[in-house]
Amino acid sequence: MRILVLGANSDMARALCEKFAGRNAERLYLASRDTARIEKLARDLSVRYQVNAIPLTFDVTDCGSHKAFFESLRPAPDVVIAAFGYTGAQEKAQGDFNEARAIIETNYTGAVSILEIAAAQLEAAGSGAIIGIASVAGLRGRASNYIYGSAKAGFIAYLSGLRNRLSPKGVRVITVLPGFIRTKMTEGMELPQALTGEPDDAAREIVRALDGGADLVYTRWYWRYVMWVIRAIPERLFKRMRI
Amino acid sequence: MKLAGWGRYPVIDAQVVTARDDRHAAATIQQPGALIARGLGRSYGDASLNERALHTGRLNYFLDFDGASGLLTAESGVTLAEITRAFLPRGWALATTPGTWFVTLGGAIAGDVHGKNHHIHGCFSECVEWFDLLLADGATVRCSRGEHADLFLATCGGMGLTGVITRAALRLRRIPGSIIAQTTVKAANLDDTLALFEEHARAPYSVAWIDCLAGGSRLGRSLLMSGEEMDDGRYEVPAPVKLNVPFDCPSYLLNSYSVRLFNFLYYERVRRRRVTEAVGYGKFFYPLDAIANWNRLYGASGFVQYQFVAPKEASRSLLKEVLRKISAAGKGSFLAVLKLMGKENENLLSFPMAGYTLALDFKAEPGLWPLLDSLDQLVAAHGGRLYLAKDARMPPALLRSGYPRLERFQAVREKYGLTHKFSSLLSRRLEM
Repeated sequence: MRILVLGANSDMARALCEKFAGRNAERLYLASRDTARIEKLARDLSVRYQVNAIPLTFDVTDCGSHKAFFESLRPAPDVVIAAFGYTGAQEKAQGDFNEARAIIETNYTGAVSILEIAAAQLEAAGSGAIIGIASVAGLRGRASNYIYGSAKAGFIAYLSGLRNRLSPKGVRVITVLPGFIRTKMTEGMELPQALTGEPDDAAREIVRALDGGADLVYTRWYWRYVMWVIRAIPERLFKRMRI
Repeated sequence: MKLAGWGRYPVIDAQVVTARDDRHAAATIQQPGALIARGLGRSYGDASLNERALHTGRLNYFLDFDGASGLLTAESGVTLAEITRAFLPRGWALATTPGTWFVTLGGAIAGDVHGKNHHIHGCFSECVEWFDLLLADGATVRCSRGEHADLFLATCGGMGLTGVITRAALRLRRIPGSIIAQTTVKAANLDDTLALFEEHARAPYSVAWIDCLAGGSRLGRSLLMSGEEMDDGRYEVPAPVKLNVPFDCPSYLLNSYSVRLFNFLYYERVRRRRVTEAVGYGKFFYPLDAIANWNRLYGASGFVQYQFVAPKEASRSLLKEVLRKISAAGKGSFLAVLKLMGKENENLLSFPMAGYTLALDFKAEPGLWPLLDSLDQLVAAHGGRLYLAKDARMPPALLRSGYPRLERFQAVREKYGLTHKFSSLLSRRLEM
């Protein structure tokens, strides 16, 4: 397998890289805006797993660069993981459109741009997989993070459509819906212990989905039921709730 | 948040900052106030405790490996488990390892930990080529036996009191296979046990479990386990954690009756005088790692580990007196581990010396402290000392009598301006 990890500096991406590296991936393309960190990760993976890990500079919001970026990957990857994301600050985004735009462009616009390019390549090859890391926040808008949530909602709908398009062509599309995961992104947040997973658990569940046939992965698994309840609450009640 | 060592005694309220990288660690150090580095928090007592702690767990990147010389360079938050998982399949092992692999590289250096092969390979620092140390002003200095040698000698075994280790280079050792041929010998009493240690002095690994509740003619009866790697080219990585202790056990479960029963069964399960068998790497080196959170067995009030070492010539009478006292008090621990150590190294605060070391776990409870105080007196009278990585309660006087190079250690801290920046509950308790 040749794996491209976009946004490889996130904790979940690192955990995923470890899983693939441990399974003798042929090569790992590691892409991120933070070149210094990504070089360090590539070095770590090659020392630890003797895997061919290649650090690459990639900016998801610079859509104009995406085509050249993807074409520079030779040989082309057969598994593409979109692990980038930007939570942003909801309150700031309410008053400052630049923040809102950054959230939307990172989580949605940029994702569409790069994954369309990847999809064309995989469709032509007739095999491979696209794994999109979305969020349970995209399943219902809440006051505390609805700009991020709406961008992820768009991403979820996008992945669903892409799956619909590519499944007859032999290309898998997997939507990952993480709940609370203990990562850099959530550091300092008060997370409910019982509902918070480790990046390694999430990575294991994602790899299991790739090995099996799942289209949707909630991680940790119990979030499927948590979200089932949250989505079942009538809007009439939900609009008055603070969760 | 609440912070404690592995013994869960004492517990303090602390602010823990997780270092994102070297630069962030340096910036955190430069903020006002003292702090102490903390890795996995596996020292038993108060060595990693302070109102401000700098967590190094995210400094966990491997940096380089030279497959010809076995020199590994890694950040200090990398764990011995990670090193073993990555390199054991390739035939490389840690030159020395403590009884748990849930220890960071930085922690292993700061405690200058030892293992079952101390009599041959010495402490962890023997395989450390160099490390980078963050000082109080946020500057990084490279320390080795040739560069800032005073800091090197003070930091190996210095319990984090000389700065924050950010990265280190260590030499791994080629091993012929990961399966260990383990020989268990049943010793009837202390004299028998000590004679067996002498007999097995050339075995690469040796350690004894002692039944510390046995008295009279059976005082010091033990199972001595020695081992060596089998030369079969098989390299099997230990399995991950299998069992878990999910909550605090009621502390009354551990009492002199249950420990006596455990010790009886553990000792008598070995039927013959001498048994040799092949055991896996994890089972031999990390038997307790198979049970996650085993420290909860001692209940919510925690436990202390009392580990001392004394010169060889004084050891026999010291061990006899200690075991008599424990047996009489009925405060045995089911983990009582005896080992013959090799010679002392040059580090200023390293624990081992040529002689016997005994490690004992005791449930933390009011009646325990007078017993430990009386053991202190015996240890001091026999020229021994206690292990800082385990300690939670020794008095300053015992530190002074046990560690003759303490003043040199303090002088190095003063010289580099480290004394007030890097401190812990342990250093303040011991007036360091």
